[in-house]
Amino acid sequence: MTVTELVSYDEALASYDPVMGLEVHVELGTRTKMFCGCSTELGAEPNSQVCPTCLGLPGALPVVNKVGVESAIRIGLALNCQIADWCRFARKNYFYPDMPKNFQTSQYDEPIAFDGYLDVQLEDGEVFRVEIERAHMEEDTGKSTHVGGATGRIHGASHSLLDYNRAGIPLIEIVTKPIVGAGERAPEVAKAYVAELRELIKALGVSEARMEMGQMRCDVNLSLRPKGTEKFGTRSETKNVNSLRSVERAARFEIQRHAAVLSSGGTIIQETRHFHEDDGSTTSGRAKEEAEDYRYFPEPDLVPVAPSREWVEELRGTLPELPRLRRKRLQEEWGISDHEMQSVLNAGAVDPIVATVDAGAPADQARKWWMGELARRANEDDLELAALPITPEQIARICALVAEGSLNDKLARQTIEGVLAGEGGPDEVVEKRGLKIVSDEGALGTAVDEAIAGNPDIAEKVRGGKVQAAGALVGAVMKATRGQADAARARQMILEKLGVEG
Amino acid sequence: MAGELIKLTAAELAAKIASGEVTAVEATEAHLARIGAVDEKINAFLHVDREGALAQAREVDAKRERGEKLGPLAGVPLALKDLFTTEGVPTTAGSKILEGWIPPYDATVTKRLKDADVVILGKTNMDEFAMGSSTENSAYGPTANPWDLTRIPGGSGGGSAASLAAHMAPLAIGTDTGGSIRQPAAVTGTVGVKPTYGGVSRYGMIAFSSSLDQGGPCARTVLDAALLHSVIAGYDEKDSTSIAQPVPDIVEAARNGSAQGMRVGVVKEFRGEGYQAGVMQRFDESVELLRELGAEIVELSCPSFTKALAAYYLIAPSECSSNLARFDAMRYGLRTGDDGTHSAEEVTALTREEGFGPEVKRRIMLGTYALSSGYYDAYYGSAQKVRTLITRDFEKAFEQVDVVVSPTTPTTAFPIGERVDDPMAMYLADLCTIPSNLAGNSAMSIPCGLAPEDGLPVGLQIIAPAMAEDRLYRVGAAVEAAFQARWGHPLLEEAPSL
Repeated sequence: MTVTELVSYDEALASYDPVMGLEVHVELGTRTKMFCGCSTELGAEPNSQVCPTCLGLPGALPVVNKVGVESAIRIGLALNCQIADWCRFARKNYFYPDMPKNFQTSQYDEPIAFDGYLDVQLEDGEVFRVEIERAHMEEDTGKSTHVGGATGRIHGASHSLLDYNRAGIPLIEIVTKPIVGAGERAPEVAKAYVAELRELIKALGVSEARMEMGQMRCDVNLSLRPKGTEKFGTRSETKNVNSLRSVERAARFEIQRHAAVLSSGGTIIQETRHFHEDDGSTTSGRAKEEAEDYRYFPEPDLVPVAPSREWVEELRGTLPELPRLRRKRLQEEWGISDHEMQSVLNAGAVDPIVATVDAGAPADQARKWWMGELARRANEDDLELAALPITPEQIARICALVAEGSLNDKLARQTIEGVLAGEGGPDEVVEKRGLKIVSDEGALGTAVDEAIAGNPDIAEKVRGGKVQAAGALVGAVMKATRGQADAARARQMILEKLGVEG
Repeated sequence: MAGELIKLTAAELAAKIASGEVTAVEATEAHLARIGAVDEKINAFLHVDREGALAQAREVDAKRERGEKLGPLAGVPLALKDLFTTEGVPTTAGSKILEGWIPPYDATVTKRLKDADVVILGKTNMDEFAMGSSTENSAYGPTANPWDLTRIPGGSGGGSAASLAAHMAPLAIGTDTGGSIRQPAAVTGTVGVKPTYGGVSRYGMIAFSSSLDQGGPCARTVLDAALLHSVIAGYDEKDSTSIAQPVPDIVEAARNGSAQGMRVGVVKEFRGEGYQAGVMQRFDESVELLRELGAEIVELSCPSFTKALAAYYLIAPSECSSNLARFDAMRYGLRTGDDGTHSAEEVTALTREEGFGPEVKRRIMLGTYALSSGYYDAYYGSAQKVRTLITRDFEKAFEQVDVVVSPTTPTTAFPIGERVDDPMAMYLADLCTIPSNLAGNSAMSIPCGLAPEDGLPVGLQIIAPAMAEDRLYRVGAAVEAAFQARWGHPLLEEAPSL
């Protein structure tokens, strides 16, 4: 294998213009498979969720899963696609042991959804429109495990194990039109597109779209053309890039690799490539010496899918607010900057904050806790925010306790700590730890008197008009009450006692 | 007693079983004995399920003793084409590649037969994967025609048709992709019906050409065919191409045969070169008979029918090349070369080399080629256009007539071995039957006499629009009754005894 010396990213972009095509496969979260009644539950014993149809036994026939079609149409609508009023499945013929029928039931020139777009927002707020070529329905293959080789790939393996539980699970393949004009931001656009698509799929509730579980997989097609030219170059197809970060890295690597090959006078071979998570590189898979001939033809075992316009409109009515628009609305409602919103997004805090607000907390308070204390804890424990053992309702209750003056910030933090430690709900923790604020005027008055008496110099300064100096006295009060005093009330009393206007 | 039982029609036998005059076990044993006596000469059965059949028969008798209501064919034995899966009973599709495969599930047709207490005697011989017109393409040897053991019984369902003609079963199930029910019926002097495409579930029927394949009834009389047809027909949620409409009342039609006032079309493209003189003579007599029975005869032209054979031999191989791809030695059936020295790919290749016969290989290659990019439009695409034209020709015809009639086959049964090296000559046997498969309508073949030159049976084909099978049975029953009145007995009585 020849190792290509990469050219630097900037150098590559100085001479070439990248063109990308992204193909994303999404496993639908339907209860049963696309063409039979077998369960789609993950993690079952190998070959325990199979039947004559998904095993491709002689004589067995497929029947279309209506929920699968419905999900495909909703995805199409959310991607601003047109929905075919009549379309067929097609057979994609090729041999592979994990494909029971040795053809994949897919769609070819009559996809269920076509000609759409998805607007994606880049980190600096710029919106980039990615045109969608098509979204079509198909079935997943079984899973091969190659045993005995060093690489886990088929070459060098002594034997292979086949699990057909996955065979027939519904897939939607979403294909972009060539993405041009992204220039140096191409890798970022790729990542933002896949991220936005994932949010969209999740918002639609058609799949959990967990890339680490293979529920969403991305192929990155990339080619370069010399700057200022129109004709697309030869592309490479990097298969199964399975995280957002990897999508960006794979695109970046391929830009650099293509540039290196092209600038040294070489030619790019049209081939599939494998992405390596460890170093972010890609290596050659199988070369496509001639275009593979899948001998597509309309699937004669299935009747055409002809969704009525009424049904399509009914489904349009079920679409959730698009993630990008929802984010925009929330940002406005919360009154925060682009930068702050981006931080919320990066922290995965949108949904917890929304839920906390829904439970009655003010948005700024909800955001303060989720982005502060809780984000810190999640980070320390290497958990998703949503996985912390505290609910938005509990945070909302804590906010309410603060608002009514029962807790101050410091006590609230301790309450959260108690909830996270499994000591019970907020009220229970406050009760058990004795965290109620000291708002008893008598007790507070005594503490104030003691603070003034113990700090005569400072008291004198305050009397002399240096109101800011009162802070030190408040601090003394807080210290004396172990933080359980209402600081604002303490300050007010100090100023009153020293005869100064606040 | 046993000798008489095997000569009864299914309707007669069912009545005797229902009345208790004969037990289902007696009826089954009589047919098993007949199979034991004559099938060595015929080779109609690939597998006789003696135990399964007797168990079913005993259950029918027990039901009767308990006073339970029996279905119209309860206890009647049947021969099932080996293209239908049968749970726990070998199913080979006539191919070596499925040798030893025991399906884990019943086809819908199998299930409906069992639910109706029809006794399944065993699985019948056929051209491999239903590809052929003579049953010579079976991996398990040819089937002989009971009329003349040196001649073919038709195909692909030669085993089913021969089992009827040799009185090994009063009922049989066939499948018809290009004529595989009707052509064997014609050359064995029996009755066969290709239902409307979608009229009988294809679930569990091993696919040859999915858009053309259709299972259907085979019998010795029109009424028996109707009784069997109504047992297996009707919507099946497991076959998305099955029709969700009630089946016409075909049993009533078969009981009340009439051609009075029927407009009967005679298509001029169904004659000419290649048609045997004696076949055309019997056909013309049949048309004359229909006129005598009160039918109005209308001459028609369906020009696209001349291209039907060519279109068929692009569409059927194309679909078969994809349908048969699953036979790769990975999950079931034959596996050759799995000795640790061959890769999975090599094992697949070696298995297919050994397991598929020459005609199957020919069609897989033909279809693979026809679907290849760059050829698709010229071959598969053009064939689909012809298919549309044929459908339109039928639509126009059925604006003018109620049914169309033709000879079922251009010739009577040809000698075994005559056409094995000449695929084109073999394909011509389906010249008259293929248009109905391409159009998806319904058609029947009934005996209309023996060709004078060779004394072999000739079939009359009756074609009706989709879901209008009642017309087939009404006209078919009328013609059958009129011919039998003329002959004084059923045609099969003239067959030599075995």
